[in-house]
Order: sequence, then C-alpha cells, then structure tokens
Amino acid sequence: MAFTLYSLIQTAILCINAIAVLHEERFLSKFGFGVEQGVGGFGDDPGVKAQVLSLIRSVRTVMRVPLILVNSASIVLLLLFG
Amino acid sequence: MDYTPTQSGFRQQPNMRQRNSSADGLEGSQLFEDTSGAAHGLQTGYSNQQAGPQAAGFTGQSILSDPMSNLAMAYGSSLASQGREMVDKNLDRFIPISKMKYYFAVDTVYVGKKLGLLVFPYMHENWEVRYQQDTPVAPRFDVNAPDLYIPAMGFITYVLVAGLALGTQNRFSPELLGVQASSAFVWLIMEVLAVLLSLYLVTANTDLTTIDLLAFSGYKYVGMIIGVVAGLLFGRPAYYLSLLWCCAAIFVFMIRTLRLKLLSDAAAEGRLVRGTRNQLRMYLTMSIAAAQPIFMYWLTYHLIR
Repeated sequence: MAFTLYSLIQTAILCINAIAVLHEERFLSKFGFGVEQGVGGFGDDPGVKAQVLSLIRSVRTVMRVPLILVNSASIVLLLLFG
Repeated sequence: MDYTPTQSGFRQQPNMRQRNSSADGLEGSQLFEDTSGAAHGLQTGYSNQQAGPQAAGFTGQSILSDPMSNLAMAYGSSLASQGREMVDKNLDRFIPISKMKYYFAVDTVYVGKKLGLLVFPYMHENWEVRYQQDTPVAPRFDVNAPDLYIPAMGFITYVLVAGLALGTQNRFSPELLGVQASSAFVWLIMEVLAVLLSLYLVTANTDLTTIDLLAFSGYKYVGMIIGVVAGLLFGRPAYYLSLLWCCAAIFVFMIRTLRLKLLSDAAAEGRLVRGTRNQLRMYLTMSIAAAQPIFMYWLTYHLIR
C-alpha cells in the first residue's frame, strides 16, 4: 500500500515498455492492427477497438526514441545505485 | 481571495527590495530565491565601509554608502524583475496558473454550500453549471462549478487526520505522514489517468478538463475525513455508518454531476436512448461513481483498527 511517486514512475516506464514491445506481425495483426482503411474513417463513432489501436500505434510512434533514452538512463542508475 | 493583478506585485517589489536590503538583504520574494547582484553589491558596499573609512572615520560612511548601494539596489531590482518575468513565463508553460486561479476563486458561502452538497446531495435540484459567454462562471457564483480549494484542503486534512489516527494506535512516526501523503497522491493520479484513458476510449466529447477531473476525484476526501473522525470519536460502528452515508452521498453526487457532462442531452434527462455509445457512456459514469466509495474504503480502513 505504501506507494511512492517513484513507484508511479516505475509503473509508467514498465507499461510503456510493454506497449512498445508488442510485435506487429505475430500479434497485433490478429487484432486488426494492419487494417489501414478502418482507421481512416472519420465517422461519428470510431468505436473502442479503433481507439485502442490508434492509441497503441501513436504510443509506439511517439515514445520509441524517448524510451531508448529513459531505459538506458534507468539501467545506468540501477547499476550504480542498486 | 480576489485576483490581484501582477501589476501591483511589480510595484510592490522594488519597495520591498529596498526595505529588505536596508535591513537584511538576503530575503527572497515569493517565487524564487534572491541570488541577484544586490546581495553581493551590498556585501562589497559594507566591506568597503568597514575596511576603507575606518582610518578616515565615520563621516565618510554616508557619502560612500549612498551612490554605491543605490546603484546596487537599482541593478538588483532590475535583475529581480527580469528573473520574475522569466519564472512566470516558464512556469506558465507547465502549470497553467491563470487557469488555476479560476479554481481557487471561492468564498465561504460557496465552501459551506458545497460541503453540504457533498454530504447531502439528495435535495439539490439544478445541477447545471451556469455559463457566461462560453466560459463557466467562477465557483464563487455557482455552487455546481468544480473547484480545487476543497480537494486541496481535504487532502491535507486527510493526511493530518491519518497521522492523528495512527498516533492514537501508537503506530505513528513522522515518516508515515509522508508515506500516507504520497500514496494517497499516487492513487489520485492513477484514478485521474484511468478516467482520462477511459474518456479517450469512449470518445466522449465533453468539456471536462483534467483539472475538473482532479477536482471531482478530490471531493471524496471530505467523506473520508468525516468517516475517520467519526471512527476516532465513537468507535468502529460509527466509522462504518458514517462511511456508508458518505459513500452513498458521493455516489449520488458524482452520478448527478457527471450525467450532465458526459451523456448526451436526451440521455441526461432520463429518457432511455438506445445505442452502444450512450450505453458505454452510462457504464463509464457508473464506474467512475462506483470507484469513489471503493477508494474511500481502501484509503481509510487501515486507519481504524
């Protein structure tokens, strides 16, 4: 129960890593990740599944490079300070 | 609690600086530490006074101190105003201070009415927020508008009451206050993030900002405080009873407030509207409201043994 802000940061890093390592071919295509024309529909009701897919795609695109930096920083810090 | 324009803050600043520099010289203003050149100028001025005219006597002191310290004070005040401008500009990028001022524009009547509404929302009829030219009216004028004063005060009071409760059980140590505060804060942040995520997934086009959600999530601290205080004063049955009452009250409060903001107009008036979108939004409203009692119990049960 004793959560600290540091554990929140850890949780965030782990979750974003988890989203980033999902493999496109083997896993995400089963859920319609590769369907391009479905996302382009600017209808009134994209639906929950389309929203989840667009969220996953945008997180992967945006956070790829910062994740590399943040992961290397945390590896170095964990090696130094345990 | 009225909006003091920054102009008066600017005008006050040089006077304060001159008063401070004549007395002490090292006190900072509200937002930043004063490491400007005025302190160094004064120190060199004073050391000049001490080292130099000691042979020349004390008559030279007043002549030396005036131009030197005047120059130093002018330079220091210009540096201070520049620094203040820079801090204001950069701080406004991260924390929207002008928007925050709206949420703290409250007065005692509003706080009293809102607290009564949080504990007994069953008689209130009109839950709509009044608008004034496309912006919501300040909380001072409208009971239904969300504010951040009650959640902030409630959070601090909750931490203090938790420390008190732990102290009566001889489990208190000063670090526990920080642990309680940070864990409650983390739960608050996680709840706000979860609500934001679910609002995004359901594509609800609302005008609920993040700060609004923070305010709504912070209202449950009032019920938690009432429950813990009742449990401290009268024992466990009183804790459970008052917590139950406050949970029901917060549940009804959240549903009635969120219904107007999340659901479409037709569904908000109570008519059954078909369609998965409205159903999803209804489920979302229900789950946000139901999460409040769960958090209220989760964050307080360990305080009453």
